[in-house]
Amino acid sequence: MAVTSKYFPGAEKPHEAHHEEEDDPRQYLMYDPKPRGEMNAMVMESMHATSWKFWLVLGILVFLVVTCFFYAWGYMIAEGLGVAGVMRPSYWGIFLVNTVFWIGISHAGTFISAILRVFKAEFRRPFTRAAELMTTFGLIQAGASIFMHLGRVWLAYWLFPLPNARQLWPNFHSPLMWDLLAITTYVLGSTMYLFLPLIPDLAMARDRSTGWRKIFYRVLALGFRGTEGEWRHLQTAMNFFAFAIIPVMFSVHTIVSWDFAMAMRPGWSSTVFGPYFVLGALHSGMGAVAVVLFIMRTTMKHMDYFIRKEHFDALGKLMLIVTFAYSYFFFNDYIVQWYGGDKWTDTLLHWLEEGPMAWMFYQLLLFNIILPPLLLWNKKIRETPWLLALIGLMINVGMYWERYLIIPVMLTINRMPFTWKLYEPRIEIFLTIGTFSMFLLFYMIASRLIPLVPVWEVQEGQMTHTLRKVGKAHVPTVSEFE
Amino acid sequence: MSGMTVDLNRVGAKGALAEEAEGKWGMTIDMDVCTGCQACVAACAMENNLSFVGEEDAGYGRTQHWIRIERFWDGEFPNVKTNFQPMLCQQCGHAPCEPVCPVFATPHSNAEQLNLQVYNRCVGTRYCANNCPYQVRSFNWRDYHIEPNLGNERDVDGAVKIVFPLHNQFNPDVTVRRRGIMEKCTFCIQRIHKAQDKAKAEGREVEDGEFTTACAQACPANAIVFGRIDHEESLVSQLAHQDRGVKHLEELNTLPRITYLKEG
Repeated sequence: MAVTSKYFPGAEKPHEAHHEEEDDPRQYLMYDPKPRGEMNAMVMESMHATSWKFWLVLGILVFLVVTCFFYAWGYMIAEGLGVAGVMRPSYWGIFLVNTVFWIGISHAGTFISAILRVFKAEFRRPFTRAAELMTTFGLIQAGASIFMHLGRVWLAYWLFPLPNARQLWPNFHSPLMWDLLAITTYVLGSTMYLFLPLIPDLAMARDRSTGWRKIFYRVLALGFRGTEGEWRHLQTAMNFFAFAIIPVMFSVHTIVSWDFAMAMRPGWSSTVFGPYFVLGALHSGMGAVAVVLFIMRTTMKHMDYFIRKEHFDALGKLMLIVTFAYSYFFFNDYIVQWYGGDKWTDTLLHWLEEGPMAWMFYQLLLFNIILPPLLLWNKKIRETPWLLALIGLMINVGMYWERYLIIPVMLTINRMPFTWKLYEPRIEIFLTIGTFSMFLLFYMIASRLIPLVPVWEVQEGQMTHTLRKVGKAHVPTVSEFE
Repeated sequence: MSGMTVDLNRVGAKGALAEEAEGKWGMTIDMDVCTGCQACVAACAMENNLSFVGEEDAGYGRTQHWIRIERFWDGEFPNVKTNFQPMLCQQCGHAPCEPVCPVFATPHSNAEQLNLQVYNRCVGTRYCANNCPYQVRSFNWRDYHIEPNLGNERDVDGAVKIVFPLHNQFNPDVTVRRRGIMEKCTFCIQRIHKAQDKAKAEGREVEDGEFTTACAQACPANAIVFGRIDHEESLVSQLAHQDRGVKHLEELNTLPRITYLKEG
């Protein structure tokens, strides 16, 4: 493959002069550099600039978190799970739907910041942090949802292998135990991986702030001064984590899927659930990244410099590929189960296509499998931020339905027809609103405290990239540099 | 090698967990004579301190019954036949509920060869109930024992109209369960232990028919028979080895201890 070394500055104009307007290289972030001081100031300003709208939304979210999360959960702990809608046969309800959903959302962060970093996809640079924050905040909601689901949450520490006088240990045969270990590993790993690339930006913020912010950043920046040795150590650590977190990410959602796949239930005991869930997680995660990027770009100052059409375009392409991969596993799961002809699975599939929740099943097909490829093939649509965000939202609605179908709706059909009964969510609705509000609240607070754009990564990309010719396109890359 | 025989019941993915196909205690339920009178359900509730969940929760699939009578209609009106199937914990030898509990609240008892439920270890993940193909586990959704009147009509000032006297008749041999934990049929393990203690004091083994479970005791048609399944001459063994004995969902290799005698 021919490598044309066109170091910035002075990227040559393309030959096709008649496309001059479209091909203006300055529409790409990599070819539109700003001086470091100016860029740092832009990011600092984006953290400080707040309007009354910000505080209004923040207030509403705080209210929702207090009422729908803490009050509703406290009420449920005091009264028992009777105030929720879980019953026989749907012993698991929306709490686990939320858990799977939030773990799914969290996968996008790792995918974008680790896999795209390992493969040196340059378009990732301005939004790795936003995606990685999604991992941490999503996992917090997932963890909270698991604990909400417990009948006696005040004894949740029994799930951890804590030494005790009676030598009672958790049961390592149980998929829930594997789940707990996998999620704990993922939370720790992804939080470290969020923190490492944050250090240079925290140091940058420390040098440009005063008052309590200065103390805050000074503590978190761990005395980073930007010497050659510090950068080398940081790069090594980030490389290490980027590679280490990828198998963890795949294992987490596979193990979450095993909670279902290991059980002896029609519809659940499927060997393809592992990869199917991982792809489902990426599907909803990419959609969520599109929504978050759109909100960041429209609400935060200077973000339209960092997050551009090209990023939505690239994200749209990624969403398109993930849609195809997801569809492959979806049909692999359903068609093989249908072909198997097991009596109970057959009943279950009829229940999905004709039962009272059939609308959910068809919306899932429409939102996750049919519509995304029909819309995302078009570059115009991919490059329109609000449209891509809308598609991302649609995919997430569909993916929520998918988890809802797999947990309470599939649980309706078991081998004892006498017990069949449809699940109705009760207090779960409030708790779901509570987890969503808390996720958004964390994001809003984070947007004021830490730079949502990894400035040093953008600067590194702008300064060191070269152009590599892939097919007809010139793709910026730093692989020559490294 | 050709002379080796393999007992397929004992070989499986989790072969180490499976035990003898026939345990110590067993039960037969004769579907031919069951009239669906629900006496077993009432007797079980009295014996094992089962909660009264109230009308609303009972209608929403939250009944606290360790044994239930499943009713199926056969045929079209007016030629309808009613079938009754008492369903309770099958005390599987290879139980799906056991390995999935993260805190070992569902261990297998080697002494009695029964599936146990340790109430004070349970944290309420409800995985066991999901994985039970017989759907016979019931969860304490609320503190039904603290409010025995739950679900009753109340006056305007909140006072309870109907007073249940039943919470005064709790069986002292059985734990009263609080909210957030799972429970299920124990084969009246308190009666098993009582009989074993008595037999031990008298220096003998427990005889077949010396005691029985609450449901079997209450059954007016003698459809439910309980006893030593490991003794060939016991009534329950003889009934279980008839031609019409079937195990429920046998294809799942759960090795149930209860044999249903199908209608002749």
